[in-house]
Amino acid sequence: MFDLDRWREIFQTISKNKLRTALSGFTISFAILLFTLLFGVGNGLKHTFEEQFVGDANNSVYIRAGRTTKPYKGLQSGRRIQFRNDDSKFMNDKFEYEIQYFSPNIERNMQAIYKGEQNRYTVRGVYPDYQPLESAVIQDGRFLTYLDLERRAKVIAIGRLVEEDLFGQLSALGKNINIEGIAYKVVGVFNDPGGDNDERFIYTPFTTFQGIYKPNDEIDRFGLTFNPNLNIDQALAFSNLLTKMLKEKHDVDPRDQGAIRVQNYAEGTRNVQQFMMVLNIIILFIGIGTLIAGIIGISNIMVYIVRERTKELGIRKALGATPKSIVGMIMMESIFVTAIAGYSGLMIGVFTLKALGKSLEKYFILNPSVETYVVVGATIVLIIAGTIAGYIPAKRAARIKPIVALNDE
Amino acid sequence: MIKIEKLHKSYPIGKDSLHVLKGLDLHIKEGEFVSIMGSSGSGKSTLLNIVGLLDGHDEGNYYLNGQLIENLDEKNAAILRNKFLGFVFQSFNLITYKTAIENVGLPLYYQGMGRKERQEKAMKYLEKVGLKDRANHLPSELSGGEKQRVAVARALATNPKVVLADEPTGALDSATSDSVMKLLKDINREGMTVFVITHEEDIAEQTDRIVRLKDGVIISDEKVNKKVNA
Repeated sequence: MFDLDRWREIFQTISKNKLRTALSGFTISFAILLFTLLFGVGNGLKHTFEEQFVGDANNSVYIRAGRTTKPYKGLQSGRRIQFRNDDSKFMNDKFEYEIQYFSPNIERNMQAIYKGEQNRYTVRGVYPDYQPLESAVIQDGRFLTYLDLERRAKVIAIGRLVEEDLFGQLSALGKNINIEGIAYKVVGVFNDPGGDNDERFIYTPFTTFQGIYKPNDEIDRFGLTFNPNLNIDQALAFSNLLTKMLKEKHDVDPRDQGAIRVQNYAEGTRNVQQFMMVLNIIILFIGIGTLIAGIIGISNIMVYIVRERTKELGIRKALGATPKSIVGMIMMESIFVTAIAGYSGLMIGVFTLKALGKSLEKYFILNPSVETYVVVGATIVLIIAGTIAGYIPAKRAARIKPIVALNDE
Repeated sequence: MIKIEKLHKSYPIGKDSLHVLKGLDLHIKEGEFVSIMGSSGSGKSTLLNIVGLLDGHDEGNYYLNGQLIENLDEKNAAILRNKFLGFVFQSFNLITYKTAIENVGLPLYYQGMGRKERQEKAMKYLEKVGLKDRANHLPSELSGGEKQRVAVARALATNPKVVLADEPTGALDSATSDSVMKLLKDINREGMTVFVITHEEDIAEQTDRIVRLKDGVIISDEKVNKKVNA
């Protein structure tokens, strides 16, 4: 196998018969190239979807109130539904197991000033639980605490871009920001994988905010995450029941879609998961198809090559080549060509994906790439296929009587 | 060297079979220069294929160098061919992408000889057939006569017991035919057994013994009287 002379013989055959070497090599390269590109693009689509859904905790549920669209129990339609503090207590009592994090939420668009720099931001009064809901990550200081809530402290956690807008390069931590006449102390700066919009929020304790701006017990909306132990169906059942009970509590027609709106990310997650599954199946299907096409291609070419060489093999046999040496020669050639061609196809594919990576972002293909084990596996499959494809005709050629082979024109 | 007793061979043709060799007896001693004459269909090529271990026989005995040839598998046939026999074909049968010296060296490669030794030996035989200066040419760059001389050098390279030549001059004009026949005569004079198949009377007459074949049987076997065995 590692006989130098034998390799020399094989290199000569390969290099002196460029057309057939190129043909078989091209088939393999092309199959692997297509395979790599396809998988890469498929993975790119997957990455895009993954990224679209990292902005918020993917088990989050948001509940908003609006106006009724249907009359119910003698009440007219168009009635405004208002959440109040007792709704918080109601939900937490009824769904102790199902709810993981919970925060009522009041928000307003307000002017924030720090030493001459000013801008408008959405200010939200929330519970400390709001941080995991938004997937916010503290980079300086801390988020709000229950102690802040209890004391109705005038403290705020600001988004990274708020700090950048108002403080430039300086740290905002410990500084006071004037928000429409009231000074709040910055206790933390956060960033948010959800993107720029999510980094322009200002969070303040719910009680502080409610006390100052809503001198009553009104709440704009609720955010919560459901217990991650629930599966998607259970989570959807939970949010449906929650909706039903809230509608009952507020005398809303159960069929009224406008008055109380519950948005459960589980629904989106399920859709995405189903879509991803379909996408994966399609990619797998096309990938296997490409491989099969490659295998058929290399098989055909090997049959053709051996056919073309029948006479040469006959000469070799007449000169003393044993059947074993004929089979060995053809197989080593076949494996050598497929391995080299497969590897180059792989490399071309990987580099093409790298080169195209950025420009494909506008087509929802993000960071197209292939796991090494997938392509190496595919290359090995093709090499094995090439070996078998070479073995069968080689075996047959080695069995042909030399006299028949010699008469072959 | 070659001893054949009651040799039979048939080829299946569709459902029937064609009886080509019908009980041949032939004995060729070492150092002889023998030609088999016959028109096409007489069975002469079949005989050469069997003698050359390129094809099997159905009945009878065949002894090559004293060894009974029977139930020979492909591998052992290949080894015996390599060791005892050298072939010269009508259509030269050189490998087109190999140079003259590589073609001559090929049987030595299958003997497992090292590259350097192989090249030296191949060059020696190319020199013997007068083609030393054409050693690195491809067959397509050689004339018909030169190709056949390369083929003769290749047949001699392993220093076989017998050189089998199947219509060695069939594809050559008369001038080059003569040079190839002269070459075969020369190697016979050095002691090599040479076995030529031809349908040309004037080629056969240049050998020492003519065996005439017709319809699968030997009709005559005579020494050419122009000269005595060397």
